[in-house]
Amino acid sequence: MLDRQTALSWMDAFTNTIEENKTHLSKLDNPIGDGDHGHNMSRGVKAASEALNSTPPNTLSEVFKTVAMSLISKVGGAAGPLYGTAFLNMSKYIGDNETLSKEQIASMLEEGLNGIKTRGKATTGEKTMIDLWEPAVNHFKENGTLDARIIDDYVEKTNPMKATKGRAAYLGERSIGHTDPGATSSGLLFKTLIDTAGLS
Amino acid sequence: MNGIILVSHTRGMVEGLRALLLEVAGDIPITIAGGTDEGDVGTSFEKIQNAINENPADMIYAFHDLGSAKLNLDMAIEMSDKTIEITNAAFVEGAYVVASLIGAGADQDTIKKNLDPIRIKNT
Repeated sequence: MLDRQTALSWMDAFTNTIEENKTHLSKLDNPIGDGDHGHNMSRGVKAASEALNSTPPNTLSEVFKTVAMSLISKVGGAAGPLYGTAFLNMSKYIGDNETLSKEQIASMLEEGLNGIKTRGKATTGEKTMIDLWEPAVNHFKENGTLDARIIDDYVEKTNPMKATKGRAAYLGERSIGHTDPGATSSGLLFKTLIDTAGLS
Repeated sequence: MNGIILVSHTRGMVEGLRALLLEVAGDIPITIAGGTDEGDVGTSFEKIQNAINENPADMIYAFHDLGSAKLNLDMAIEMSDKTIEITNAAFVEGAYVVASLIGAGADQDTIKKNLDPIRIKNT
């Protein structure tokens, strides 16, 4: 179940886990990107958290709209427009709804995924955050549950992939054997959702 | 009037490129967005929006360097009423060609004809 309060708890948990993992995320980004993913995400979630605290949103939809605008304006890397578009799409899907069922959460995540695919002109198998989002959304839709072990499994599956999108694509074969930082931070987003909304 | 927007991960890159373009093109509208809001390496959605708003041209040709520059540019264009074309041409050479043509008073058809063979980015 997801309502305004749960969504705020989710965003709070996501902010904390990004802070805890920011060095790790930047380290993952070092060999196949520009080594700033963790610090960029940290800047974004901190801005989101400040915005949520200074002007508390009145509706569920507004929570994600505020997060989207903060990430778009503060991340400074490709993750900003990608996560930002995902949250904007999720906010649009929610509309006037104040409580989402598990099925609706799945549809909301699918809308987020569609936003990332359109914004990044990307699809699965290219070693990006989509390789976490798409299988996770599909698993959730088919089974009605998600757990941290499955999320970790999808994140790890990006390791042997060869990147064909994003900065890592410039490395070709040499991108193989590195876990994708965007899929990893997306994994953190999903795991904090599983905990706060009780999806397991 | 035609104009140019330059978007890059560093401020130095777009400032330098603008100086180069103004040398050949004279007084054409060129606005820039380089680096993050904090002046770090990266791109800023807000700086791109400002560069669009500050540019007085009706037709704007946009040039960008890497990844997030394009994604942020896409978003800013969607939210703007102006006519902006992401040229997907080489950052320096493409901008130089278009600046020269605008400076020489070329029309949009001529600019397009000269841009088409030097578009190199396929995303």
